Amino acid sequence: MEVRGLDRLICEHPFFAGSAPEHCELIGGCARNVRFDAGQYLFREGEPADEFFLIRHGRVALEMMAPGRGPLRFLTVNAGEIVGESWLVPPYRWIFDAQALELTRAVSIDARCLRQKAEENHDFGYEMMKRFMAMLVERLHAAQLQMLDVYGSDA
Amino acid sequence: MVPFVARVRARRRETRDTWTLAIDAGGLKFQPGQFNMLYAFGIGEIPVSVSGDPDAPGPLIHTVRAVGAVSDAITRLKPGAALGLRGPYGTSWPVAESRGNDVVVVAGGLGLAPLRPAIYRLLAERSRYGRIAVLYGTRSPADILFPREIETWRRQRNVEIEVTVDHADRIWLGHVGVVTKLIGRATFDPDHTVALICGPEIMMRFTATALKAAGVAPERVYLSLERNMKCAVGQCGHCQFGPTLLCRDGAVMRYDRVQPLLTVREL
Amino acid sequence: MVPSMSAVPHSVLTSDGLDALLDVLRRQGFRVLGPTVRDRTIVYDDIVSLADLPRGWTDEQDGGHYRLTRRDDDALFGYAVGPHSWKKFLHAPTQRLWRAERTAEGMRVLPEPQSTERLALIGVRACELQAIAIQDRVLLGGAYADPQYRARREDNFIVAVNCANPGGTCFCASMNTGPKAASGYDLALTEIIGEGEHRFVVEVGSEAGRTVFDELSHRDATQAEIAAADAISAGAAAQMGRAMPEADEVPELLRRNLNHPRWDEVAERCLTCGNCTMVCPTCFCITVEDVTSLDGATAERVRHWDSCFTMDFSYLHGGSVRASPRSRYRQWMTHKLSTWWDQFGTSGCVGCGRCITWCPVGIDITEEVAAIRGDAAAASSGG
Repeated sequence: MEVRGLDRLICEHPFFAGSAPEHCELIGGCARNVRFDAGQYLFREGEPADEFFLIRHGRVALEMMAPGRGPLRFLTVNAGEIVGESWLVPPYRWIFDAQALELTRAVSIDARCLRQKAEENHDFGYEMMKRFMAMLVERLHAAQLQMLDVYGSDA
Repeated sequence: MVPFVARVRARRRETRDTWTLAIDAGGLKFQPGQFNMLYAFGIGEIPVSVSGDPDAPGPLIHTVRAVGAVSDAITRLKPGAALGLRGPYGTSWPVAESRGNDVVVVAGGLGLAPLRPAIYRLLAERSRYGRIAVLYGTRSPADILFPREIETWRRQRNVEIEVTVDHADRIWLGHVGVVTKLIGRATFDPDHTVALICGPEIMMRFTATALKAAGVAPERVYLSLERNMKCAVGQCGHCQFGPTLLCRDGAVMRYDRVQPLLTVREL
Repeated sequence: MVPSMSAVPHSVLTSDGLDALLDVLRRQGFRVLGPTVRDRTIVYDDIVSLADLPRGWTDEQDGGHYRLTRRDDDALFGYAVGPHSWKKFLHAPTQRLWRAERTAEGMRVLPEPQSTERLALIGVRACELQAIAIQDRVLLGGAYADPQYRARREDNFIVAVNCANPGGTCFCASMNTGPKAASGYDLALTEIIGEGEHRFVVEVGSEAGRTVFDELSHRDATQAEIAAADAISAGAAAQMGRAMPEADEVPELLRRNLNHPRWDEVAERCLTCGNCTMVCPTCFCITVEDVTSLDGATAERVRHWDSCFTMDFSYLHGGSVRASPRSRYRQWMTHKLSTWWDQFGTSGCVGCGRCITWCPVGIDITEEVAAIRGDAAAASSGG
């Protein structure tokens, strides 16, 4: 029951929009529903990156802890987006914290499970890589623009 | 090119380097997006967009960032002080022309100031527009312009407001990230939307590109450009931007007309 | 461009008649300005009589080269143009715009009164008439008319001269601005020397011209004299030192080639000295300077000629938009030949050649266009 419902949630999520139903089924086999209350951490820096999240409702802040300065927040992620890229490449460890800013519902996808299925089915793997690559490029561009500090007084 | 003498009625600090002056200018009228040349005695003149309500009687509102000798002098003027003023000059935001459409306003940093008169007018005749979204990005929470006003607009519930910062502080609970990320959150029909963008030129370029990717045609997107300005009446040559004179053909310009110029290095 | 056998009545003035003309103008209260030799150059300055004119001189011009040499006759206007243009008097190099005074209530602004001088310009070439018309369009033809320029242009009396000796850098013919004066003058003279006589065929171009001319003794021109005058203009048109290739296509050519490699090439030669903008008769860009008295009680705003070649010209947010010499040269040339059309509806160039002559490294605007064209033509033919 839960698996079929998850397949649908996955296919409906903007990140996987347009995916073949059998791919959503494959992903669904690695997925489970999760929920975080405001203030709860999805993961912390240094922990094994063994899952990633499709955010369905709520908002998540990505931040890094600096001694004496507290958490430095560099990005917020909203419903319809993804949290987590470090699971894609070794050493599979989170390099920052992710904290729910409000009640957040998400689908958690087991990274090891998904990596395994991608190895077994290269067509599926290639589709996944294309999709993730597009998201990474967009994130990279956005991060670069953020870094440019265009609003400074000499912008 | 001769200014008349105006008087500062009130002065308010907005952020670390930005002040808003209310200036008695004899009831001078303006259209949203236009600017005046403000003169500080013995120091010089700068172009400053009007940032107040174009339909409200009373003093002219100018929000000025202190970045040089003249702007620094102007932001130090106290109530009662005299300054020179001439204008208004330049083109205006196509507010009336956008009736019947959804309107997306994207402001970056100080760019919210030249857009505020357009926002006032949009809200004053709210029923003539479809959905209205105001998307505002700035450097940090301390740099947010007009925060109380933003909350007022948010409470009105008839317009979508989203604010984001590039660098958060400890207590900021809002969005963190580049302003174009907010476009995906706004609700609008790209085929029937007019977009107004104002901010640093880099920000306007990447925002216009993002709006195009979201389906808003370049002919429906307007930017407010900036160049060195001396006379403001088309006779000094300084504000040239390719074939245009920004004091006369701008500052508000339609994106499809300037897009090829924006990509020419050092034009 | 060179009308012949026109129906306009032609008269003839002798040299004495020309001297008398200068006298009449001075008695009528004009400040009479014309060509004179100074510092081995023909400049424009106040003149009193024919004795001040460059009698018997001609100019040898080329890229970065200007020399005065002696003619073997006594021609008064036997040269092309020097470094000055009439903008020196009409669009003043330095002009106070207004003064401000601190008062108990704040400040008071006092606009500068306008000039009341009436200027008579003697020896104006066809290219210069066109340049004046172009500056009229910029400074008077928009939404705001410059009151200082308007006052200086008011009541001008213009005595044009049809060129007999175009210079080595002239290209008015290909720009359709000369060598024969077509309009914008009160009187136009064509100097004829020969057979022991020195005279001027005169065309009257306005009511004011007619009124002044009627005070002078003159006679009708003979058919032969009219023919001689026409021949001089036709000859001048065939003697241009340079030519602008396909002038009609230049605006679009430059619009399409803002990233042409030629800009890098010319940037290696250009010193960004701005000479071209100073000598160009249509360059109008200005800057303003705010000056205070030492006690801070009074301030004034003064306008000066400016040049787009300066680093400050495009200053914005802590730096210049056009920092590289490449971008500044491109700005000047594309404004002059291309975007001037978009901004003011005409070309900015009249083909006088001054920018070529007075460039220390001899950059030639016609050669630059040809280089960009040449490559463009080669590219379109796949070569």
